[in-house]
Amino acid sequence: MQIKTMAEYAANGETPEILFWVGCAGSFDQRAQKITKAFATILDKVGVRFAILGKEESCTGDPARRAGNEFIFQMMAQNNIAVLNGYEVKKIVTACPHCFNTLRNEYPELGGQYEVIHHTTYLQQLIDEGKVRMKEAGAFKGRKITYHDSCYLGRSNNIYEAPRKVLEALDAELVEMKRCRSNGLCCGAGGAQMFKEEEKGTTRINFERGKEAVETGAAVIASNCPFCMTMLTDGVKEQGKEDSVQVLDIAELIAQQIA
Amino acid sequence: MHIIQELLFVIAFGVAVYLFYRKARQIRQNILLGRDVQLNDEPAARWRNLLLLAFGQKKMFRNPLVAVLHFFVYAGFVIINVEILEIILDGIVGKHRLFAPLLGGLYPVLIGCFEILAALVLIGCAIFLVRRNIVKVKRLNQHELDGWPRSDANYILITEIVLMLLFLTMNTADQALQQHGHEHYINTGAFWVTGPFVSLFSGLSDGTLIAIERTCWWLHILGILAFLNYLPYSKHLHIILAFPNAYYADLRPKGKMENMPAVQKEVQLMLQPELAADAPAGDIPKFGAKDVPDLTWKNILDAYSCTECGRCTAACPANITGKKLSPRKIMMDTRDRAEAIGEQIAKTGSFTEDGKTLLRDHITEEELRACTSCGACVQECPVSINPLHIIMQLRRHLVMEETSAPQEWNMMFSNIENNMAPWKMSPDDRDKWAVEMNG
Ligand code: SF4
Ligand code: SF4
Repeated sequence: MQIKTMAEYAANGETPEILFWVGCAGSFDQRAQKITKAFATILDKVGVRFAILGKEESCTGDPARRAGNEFIFQMMAQNNIAVLNGYEVKKIVTACPHCFNTLRNEYPELGGQYEVIHHTTYLQQLIDEGKVRMKEAGAFKGRKITYHDSCYLGRSNNIYEAPRKVLEALDAELVEMKRCRSNGLCCGAGGAQMFKEEEKGTTRINFERGKEAVETGAAVIASNCPFCMTMLTDGVKEQGKEDSVQVLDIAELIAQQIA
Repeated sequence: MHIIQELLFVIAFGVAVYLFYRKARQIRQNILLGRDVQLNDEPAARWRNLLLLAFGQKKMFRNPLVAVLHFFVYAGFVIINVEILEIILDGIVGKHRLFAPLLGGLYPVLIGCFEILAALVLIGCAIFLVRRNIVKVKRLNQHELDGWPRSDANYILITEIVLMLLFLTMNTADQALQQHGHEHYINTGAFWVTGPFVSLFSGLSDGTLIAIERTCWWLHILGILAFLNYLPYSKHLHIILAFPNAYYADLRPKGKMENMPAVQKEVQLMLQPELAADAPAGDIPKFGAKDVPDLTWKNILDAYSCTECGRCTAACPANITGKKLSPRKIMMDTRDRAEAIGEQIAKTGSFTEDGKTLLRDHITEEELRACTSCGACVQECPVSINPLHIIMQLRRHLVMEETSAPQEWNMMFSNIENNMAPWKMSPDDRDKWAVEMNG
């Protein structure tokens, strides 16, 4: 596989169909890198001409903004917008709902107008168009999968159905947690919580969510966010279920089962 | 005798309306303490919200049983107020059932409907009292409700029950008098709910019945006038403010944070110093919010609209897991502080620092730091309140005005600034995964 950067495309006078915005977690976090690779594999297999920014990508500024540091956010945002506009980027796909939310909702008023798509929506489009097809005897056929709505895809942007439609393509049995869709319980990572200790309480948020997910009896917890991934993985461990319950990103599930 | 009753009524009515007007004006002033924001765009979407969220109480239907009961109480209360119009006019002109001759056969049907609604209000309020005090639903019994807020809720429910009982008793006595052929009590026929109960009263003398009817009439209308003046001090103010609050609700996606144009400009000048030459030097703005006047007027309107129902807190992941944060408390604190500032202005004519602020004196850093910005509170609120917006403005103040952040956050900030990522990672490794895949 040859993953090319925007700079490489530009040097050849070409433009890619989409920019794959990888995000910090997808770039640096070892677990999230696997999601990144899975998604890149799907794009490559389907033959989507995509680019990454590579070293030119910076944090969108989301955690700084939500912690209250608008200066750092503005620095990151304005730099990123300069880079994106420099390449005349039109369409961005990202596997991180925090990047998705920031790029889609917060960059436009700073001068960055792009079509921004979360990877679960993009996968749904590829499936609908028949570009992504699943293996006949899928490994998840009839198995129980539960889906965790991330706050930044769900409540923040009202995307509840696309990820579920993608999961349906696996022919699995989709079981819902008690709190799902707009009622979904947070994993505990948002609002820059990922980057500090939780405040004092009776339990951790990811323990609460992990318990709820395990209680569905699902063999797989499907997530759509690298931060939820970390949180839920720990939550499942706390339940002592790390051997029987897997936490996988929707892109990983599809990458495993793509025909 | 009659003219005295009319006079007393007009005085009571006038005083009640004046007092309400005065308090309402003060609340308006308190709301306008907030900084200005434009929330007039997309009127079609706003009217839609007003109809669906306020009139239709759409969010309430996330729990259908409670929603139906609440809808009865609300619709009953509003519609019965049509009857109040007749009562007020009767009171002023000294007539009895002014509308009866005008509406003819329709009148008993109308009153019948009011009576059914009154009975439903009664039942609804009784069930709500049970939920609060006997079943002890968790969100209605959390500690931020200790003291006044808990009593407030019970007073309202009890008052509504009493008012409805007075209304129904009044009608029963009225019909008994009609059956006795008392000339002042024009014949309307039996009302639907109270009709069957008239026989209970038929043995009483005209004098006793008139006394009962008049007492109920007076207590009912005085009760309503008192209730009107109780509203502004109560969580019950939502029956009025839910409407403007739905209209002015934020229409943007919940995940979008408010931009700070001042910071945007400052960073722009830093990144492109060549622009600095033509940039006018502005005042140094305050970053974020420390006290109520730093918030937007919508935040303060939110606070006055809050019903203290706790749906936000019941859905808050931080609160569920035992953290100090409660979005309901954020709203209650904001209202308390706005009231305190309002009182000071009423006394001294202007607001001067009183050594207290919303931040710390009401809302602690620990509460603010527990928020995951998950948006559940905004999602759940039936009256379109956004506690998250207040939390984020207070956080901005903490970090940008006081550089008060947990050590880990400071590290995250400096990592982003230096490595373009929230972790201590080399920017050169950002595409390492791709290099690995390219083989
Ligand atoms: S946004 Fe914050 S306050 Fe609101 S429910 Fe989520 S964690 Fe609680
Ligand atoms: S903010 Fe909304 S949901 Fe929360 S207590 Fe007030 S009215 Fe209820």
